[in-house]
Amino acid sequence: MGLLSDPNRRRALISLLTRLNAPICVVCYMAGVAWFMGLAFEPFTLRTYMSENAMGSTMVEERFPAGERALGTGREFSAHKKKAGGMPVDWLVKTMQSRGLEVFTQRFSRRLPFPDEDKERYMVKGTNVYGILRAPRAPRTEALVLSAPCSPGDDNNQAVGVLLGLAQYFRNQVFWAKDIIFLVNEHDLIGMQAWLEGYHHTNTTGMDWSPLQGRGGSIQAALSLELSSDVVTSLDLVLEGLNGQLPNLDLANLFYAFCQKIGVLCTTQGKLQRNDWDSVSGYSHAVQTMMLMVMKQASGRPWGDHGLFLRYHIEAATIKGINSFRQYKTDATTIGRLLEGMYRKLNNLLERLHQSYFFYLMPSLSHFVSIGYYMPAFGLLALILLLRALDLWIQLATPPPGVLSVLTPLVISHLTGVALYTLPIHFQEIAVEHFPVSETEAVVLTAIAVYTAGLALPHNTHRLLTGRGTENGWKVLKLVAVLYLAVLLGCTALINFSLGFILALTLVPVAAFVTPDLCSATPACTLLFSVFLFQELQEMPVSFLDGWMLYLSVISQGILDHALYGSLVYPLVALLVYPCWLLFWNILFWK
Amino acid sequence: MMPVPSSVPQPKDDFQEELVIRPLHSGDIYASFQFRTLWETDFMRGNKVSHYRLFPKSLGQVISKFSVRELHISFTQGYWRTMQWGQPFLPSPPGAELWVWFQDSVTDVDGTWKELTNVLSGIFCASLNFIDSTNTVQPSASFKPLGIGNVTDHRFLRYATLPREIVCTENLTPWKKLLPCGSKAGLAVLLKSEKLFHSSFHSQAVHIRPVCQDWQCKTTSWELRQTLNVVFDLHTPGQGKLEWSLFKMFSRTLTEACPLASSSKIYIDITDDPQGEQFEVSPATHLLSQAMVLGDRRTFSVYDLTQQITFGTVRSLNLLIRWKSRDMLRPLLHAERYVAGYGLQTGEIHTLMYNNHPYRSFPVLLLDSVPWYLRLYIHTLTVTSKGKDNKPSYIHYQPSKDRVRPHLLEMLVQLPPNSVTEVTVQFERALLKWTEYTPDPNHGFYVGSSVISSLVPSIVAMDTNSTREQPLFSSFFPCKEESSYFMRVYTEPLLVNLPTPDFSMPYNVICLTCTVVAVGYGSLYNLLTRSFQIEEPSPGLAKRIANIIRKMRGVPPL
Repeated sequence: MGLLSDPNRRRALISLLTRLNAPICVVCYMAGVAWFMGLAFEPFTLRTYMSENAMGSTMVEERFPAGERALGTGREFSAHKKKAGGMPVDWLVKTMQSRGLEVFTQRFSRRLPFPDEDKERYMVKGTNVYGILRAPRAPRTEALVLSAPCSPGDDNNQAVGVLLGLAQYFRNQVFWAKDIIFLVNEHDLIGMQAWLEGYHHTNTTGMDWSPLQGRGGSIQAALSLELSSDVVTSLDLVLEGLNGQLPNLDLANLFYAFCQKIGVLCTTQGKLQRNDWDSVSGYSHAVQTMMLMVMKQASGRPWGDHGLFLRYHIEAATIKGINSFRQYKTDATTIGRLLEGMYRKLNNLLERLHQSYFFYLMPSLSHFVSIGYYMPAFGLLALILLLRALDLWIQLATPPPGVLSVLTPLVISHLTGVALYTLPIHFQEIAVEHFPVSETEAVVLTAIAVYTAGLALPHNTHRLLTGRGTENGWKVLKLVAVLYLAVLLGCTALINFSLGFILALTLVPVAAFVTPDLCSATPACTLLFSVFLFQELQEMPVSFLDGWMLYLSVISQGILDHALYGSLVYPLVALLVYPCWLLFWNILFWK
Repeated sequence: MMPVPSSVPQPKDDFQEELVIRPLHSGDIYASFQFRTLWETDFMRGNKVSHYRLFPKSLGQVISKFSVRELHISFTQGYWRTMQWGQPFLPSPPGAELWVWFQDSVTDVDGTWKELTNVLSGIFCASLNFIDSTNTVQPSASFKPLGIGNVTDHRFLRYATLPREIVCTENLTPWKKLLPCGSKAGLAVLLKSEKLFHSSFHSQAVHIRPVCQDWQCKTTSWELRQTLNVVFDLHTPGQGKLEWSLFKMFSRTLTEACPLASSSKIYIDITDDPQGEQFEVSPATHLLSQAMVLGDRRTFSVYDLTQQITFGTVRSLNLLIRWKSRDMLRPLLHAERYVAGYGLQTGEIHTLMYNNHPYRSFPVLLLDSVPWYLRLYIHTLTVTSKGKDNKPSYIHYQPSKDRVRPHLLEMLVQLPPNSVTEVTVQFERALLKWTEYTPDPNHGFYVGSSVISSLVPSIVAMDTNSTREQPLFSSFFPCKEESSYFMRVYTEPLLVNLPTPDFSMPYNVICLTCTVVAVGYGSLYNLLTRSFQIEEPSPGLAKRIANIIRKMRGVPPL
């Protein structure tokens, strides 16, 4: 600060910043990207460790014996599922009751705003069945949840089998201090949403559900199980939840610790961890894993049934069984023992999981990057916007800039944003009447149409501006737009780092250097680019046409996620990022 | 030793013990012990009493020192599952509950209450000393005196619960010591902590009240009732017959009654199967008894331990029952409670009260005592049954004062037949001062159970003659009408998370903010408030002279 109060030095500093503005920005950008890529390099990351004392020091002995019987139950479940053509409610109620649980059901129904073509559903009606294992001498204040989705087809029968097997085994144990809720939810996330809303008696998305009859107090932690084969080669841990929320890192540590103890291969993002961090392939493997996590988190959608728990401050994760061609197999008994161990540790919890990190990235299951390490990468990118703003401010300093003149484009671009947010769903019927498209296509195409129409708008709007055509006019507008973008990205990155970082990575360079003569990319391109990158990272490259179809479905899924679960990415993009972007578009068409 | 003159009547003491065993519909088994000590004496007139026979001296002194009229204390571990188990003989909320009626001669009720809780804390080895003004309330209608006397000014009543209290062996031992026979003889032999605490539910209580000696109520006496309720989990997979025996439950058998007891009996509830199809009781007894319990006429097999014949040739009684478990029953009145909403700012407490009576509606009194750190928005209070607004006929609300007293909400609500009545009230979670957090703040904070008291329509005519000889378990709540009986239901306690700071952070935060303020503030203030100009340093002497010369010459200075 002493530097700034000396006018000479201040002048020197300012002249340095304005003269070298562009090179500094370029350096910042490259440093930001390099920093980010460095995060996956193992020597720069921290090893995971258990922070929660209640789960750390005491090891438990796992004795679950009945894996085969659980698989038998799973087959029985599958038969009844086929017979009932959906959730075999009566059978489940009877089976759970015979295992000594208090059993309750919940019916729910939901009409989607438009048909979901990926999962082929529109009018969704279903029933959740859950059984509560009451802990002896516990006053119903705390509970743990184990859930398994009842999926269509032959999926997840084994998960339900293991769930029922564990319920039977747990019922005969004496050490439970928290009630354990065994939940079989129909229609995956929609059923889970209905159950959670019913349990907490909230209604955020306008779903119809029947009230729950039995509860177990405040839920401390939850695991969701997905298992579609009798044996698995590895277990995959899915952490990314709604709006990029993550469970406490201790839950991941717990899973990892038990995989190590029992000798089960464990993966995250479907990637095993490798020991050769110093080789190029080892490093790129870590980068891939981390990038996958970043992309998934940025998407803001729940990547497993656990994702919806996080809103209610319940630490949750999904455990997915993967069966590949590897030789080494794990049977259901071992999976049961792993879950038993995890639940016994969670049962030991005296407080909610809170000791470890809530903001982290994982380049592998045994290493993590905490918020303190990854934030500088974003900070370097955001710094570019501030530097550009400073530059513009100094250029504008001599004649007082008329800030009011930017009000018109601001208002107009936000109105376009509102149109983008509301029109696709409201106009689907009209679109279906007049064009030969399905409802889903209508929604997506309307969104794209409104989007492109918005881009054409600046040709007309800038005529309304007072400072039209003047050199200062666009600079004022750009100053406002750059600061707007900086605040917007900063806030986004605080809530969902991945989303903020990916937006910054693509938008910042263009936003920083846009002038009336330069072309630019748009948020839609960011999405398209992300879709291809994601496929590339999953080692499932797609052709351009498939990619385009995927792109369309991603847009419709984004809108659906918002309507069904309250994901905030779509409103964020439509109502804030897109209008902000239109301001830059205005600059481009200034002359 | 002086012989007591025969003209002075001996104070009559009496001790009865009783065990009721009821196989429950869920397949669990419920055992309820009741020990009653009657003591004919009069504390009310301020007599000093120094001679104790059967009545425990520690409690007698407490009664006389603190002028207690009635005292009810219970310690419970677990929650009574009304939906599975039906009604208990004596309800109690999870944790510790204490309510006391003081005599109207007490002037400083709060001070006496404070002292009393501390003394009781010592007697029962419990954390009752944590009862203070922030969790004590004075209910206006829900807790009426159960003994004789018609003091109903609720200024003399104090009620407090500690939902977090954990009950274990150290509470059982002092409780057992209050019995005349200790745990040496009689039914108390069965009270072994390693079995009692290996159960689904455990509750022990002490009730002291003045009662009438006879039907004319000429003389009064103190009644001390010690009750212990326990539910054992006999879950076995499959639908086979369940088997239970005294030895299996308590790992002891009975060999004798307490020699001091005037009556010592075991009752086994065989109402559900009088023909003996589903029940098998051995050794069999022909002594049957009928009693009115909780609005229902029940049949019991009775074993009188004072009769030597009960113990048979082996001189030990090990009752054995085999029975089949059946479906759930629907109790006439039950209630549940939960916290709705998400996030750490606001929430909503929902209390659901079920009236399962097919055609009778009845009123209930709902008592809610909520700690001050959940700030109730009483204007959001709604009571709905069957989708319609159900206006309570009586509401007593006492708002909380921060750090001084809790909210008290009492309502009289009419429950329509076969309906669910939902009471909701919104609250805001307060941010505590950092020293007010418990050592485990992320566990959450407890809100005690709501209490629902009601006169429930009874199926059979109740016996209102309270002096007739009847089993202890059926005679606790005085019954004034023939058509209804008194019932109390407790909801589950709540665990609510308050906004909690990250307690590893304060140090970092203090350091960082202090640095930022120290470094940043002053300079930024300078930058914003002053305008900076370059001031030429004063030139040297030679330069000044040179400038004067140049000025005279008319050329610009250096």
